[in-house]
Amino acid sequence: MAEQMIMSGNEAIARGAYEAGVRLAAAYPGTPSTEILENVAQYEEIYSEWSPNEKVALEVGVGSSMAGARTLVAMKHVGINVAADPLFTLSYTGVGGGLILISADDPAMHSSQNEQDNRNYGKFAKIPVIEPSDSQEAKDFVSLALDLSEQFDTPVLYRTTTRISHSKSIVSLGERTVSGSEPQLEKNMPKYTMLPAFARQKHPLIEERIAKLKTYAETSSLNRVEMADTRIGVITNGITYQYVKDALPQASVLKLGLTYPLPEQLIRDFAAKVDKLYVIEELDPFFEEQIRVMGIKVDHGKDLFPICGEFSTQLIREKVEGSSAELQAAAEGLPARPPAFCPGCSHRGIFTILKKLKVFVSGDIGCYTLGALPPIQALHSCVCMGASISMAHGMSHVVPASDDLTQKTVAVIGDSTFFHSGMTGLLDAVYNKGSSVIMILDNRTTGMTGGQENPGTGKTLAGEDAIAADIPAMAKAFGIKDVVLVDPYNLQEIEDTLREELAKPELSVILVKAPCVLRYRISKPPLQVDPEKCTGCKRCLQVSCNALGLVEEGEKSYVQIDQNMCIGCSVCAQVCKFDAIS
Amino acid sequence: MKTTNILLAGVGGQGVLLASQILTSVAIAAGLDVKQSEVHGMSQRGGSVTSHVRFGERVYSPTIDDGKADVVLGFERLEALRNAHCVAPGGIIIYNTMRINPSTVASGVAEYPEGIEAGIEAYAKKVYAVDGLGLALQAGNARSANTVMVGAISRFLPLSEDLWAQQIRKILPAKLVDLNLKAFELGVQAVAN
Repeated sequence: MAEQMIMSGNEAIARGAYEAGVRLAAAYPGTPSTEILENVAQYEEIYSEWSPNEKVALEVGVGSSMAGARTLVAMKHVGINVAADPLFTLSYTGVGGGLILISADDPAMHSSQNEQDNRNYGKFAKIPVIEPSDSQEAKDFVSLALDLSEQFDTPVLYRTTTRISHSKSIVSLGERTVSGSEPQLEKNMPKYTMLPAFARQKHPLIEERIAKLKTYAETSSLNRVEMADTRIGVITNGITYQYVKDALPQASVLKLGLTYPLPEQLIRDFAAKVDKLYVIEELDPFFEEQIRVMGIKVDHGKDLFPICGEFSTQLIREKVEGSSAELQAAAEGLPARPPAFCPGCSHRGIFTILKKLKVFVSGDIGCYTLGALPPIQALHSCVCMGASISMAHGMSHVVPASDDLTQKTVAVIGDSTFFHSGMTGLLDAVYNKGSSVIMILDNRTTGMTGGQENPGTGKTLAGEDAIAADIPAMAKAFGIKDVVLVDPYNLQEIEDTLREELAKPELSVILVKAPCVLRYRISKPPLQVDPEKCTGCKRCLQVSCNALGLVEEGEKSYVQIDQNMCIGCSVCAQVCKFDAIS
Repeated sequence: MKTTNILLAGVGGQGVLLASQILTSVAIAAGLDVKQSEVHGMSQRGGSVTSHVRFGERVYSPTIDDGKADVVLGFERLEALRNAHCVAPGGIIIYNTMRINPSTVASGVAEYPEGIEAGIEAYAKKVYAVDGLGLALQAGNARSANTVMVGAISRFLPLSEDLWAQQIRKILPAKLVDLNLKAFELGVQAVAN
């Protein structure tokens, strides 16, 4: 019997890549996709890298595929937006070695800034979309998708959702098989050089390819009919299939693993066999609309099931049966337990001062986005990776110059995010005479996703030494005259520097450099509060550190520091007016 | 065999996921189908963590619906109360009585509620309060409180007794095995009566 393991969807995809003979994998970390590359990296047979952004990751993958190697590229859903440019033309060139592009979508936005349904990219770019429903399929579908990619000369969009990425189920392991010859370069201009003359010839071929894929979909093992009671038939996909099996154990099910293009005849036959046809899919009515356009009668779809948020067994049972179970009410009025800056985090002091100065803070995606949460609440915008600098630049050109700090903008961006796509914003701000203050919070890691390497850390994903990008030298190359260095644990220095730079009419770059305490496990002896000196004023609590807590003893209240959590960063001590913390 | 649903709830850093791993490993060793799901990403920064473990002959959804958890296993009392409503009729709640302040409490924005114990007891007929931190210290390390809780829940699951020690030995680093076996045993005893 094959060896069995319990794996998350992401671990299973990595295993699938190994077994299917993938030679190169590239990604930018992003929840819920991050663990795919972390696990691929454990297989020495596969070259794997963190690229600075998703567009670059896909382009690296395109090169590998052109050379004939099987290739995997992974990202979270919003990453596909960044990679969309090469993706749409990759649909035209097709592939050499099979190429799968993993889109890890996040219904319910557990850790994302929006909730887009990336199956739409498959239809838009005219490439097949594959969706597994558990970890076994997550592994098996990698190989099937690569076969499909090579057979039809197309990239394949391999879509997961958070519940597939991060749920674990049992997987039977197989051996690695590497098919085809060693990668080599072959010049083929009409295929790979998308000048208009060549690209025009390609478009009709893309349409033919989709037609052929439709025929393939009719008999593909990726789609499966499970006939049972014919009173209710459900067409579904991915994790929703599992909810349907639990909620409606008697129903007949057409489970779609290949969700674009659709098997029209298979759907038509299935619909004809059941009394009532339900189409149940998370997020957009992606195949429901296509099935309706086929002229097939759908009894229920998005009229019952929401477009927003994540599904569950309970939701499906309630919508189909029309009854809701009587449930105990959750306890009310409990204090929330939101994530916060880690004790000792180098961002805490920066946000403490930014809040004090009352400037507009143009934020970016990373741990420092937590600066928006109470009690700090000093991050005032956040749109996408890399946008903080360019947005601040835009503001600086329309808001009249004044000495009023509330009318001044400070952009904050992390090191990894700067390399992702903040660099181009900085270049723009310099070239187009911006006047904001830009703080690059360089904590030597990609913190929010768990501490991955990036071009500034001096290590590759494989742990080899690398050339660390020099941020001040880059800024200077863009034309910044002076990059000011600041110690994030010295509040006075942060405030003085910010006031000085905010007073200048031109663009400033402040580099805040201190390693992530979580990633690098940095700690000094913990601090303590002198209860005699502490007045219980709560000023230190405003720095939002989980190691601090208020103790009330009768009339007297004072702050205590958890000795197991405190790592001695001293930010709380610096805000204390009574010298009670040392 | 009916599917068994266990909802684990605690605070990032408490070892909720390691405890889930021990539970799933024991169920797999017992020859059952198992699914486990959690949402992480924020957990290392002091946020709430929940993990769903389901095992039985054939398990479909990796998540447990509200009101369907045979056991709610709380690793911190506020998190136990937050998730207590997920317990099934006739199900049990086992929770660690220790307190960890959320950042909202640490910053003085919110207060850590009073009367959590009574609040939890209203949700199930059988509730077991375990001094997880005290027993972990007795075993030799505060960090073994998660294993104390695993020991406590082991008494109520249809899984053979000898599999637990076997899987703890397999999963934990050798130098931590004895300490955790002791923590496990203290957890078993804590709910013995």
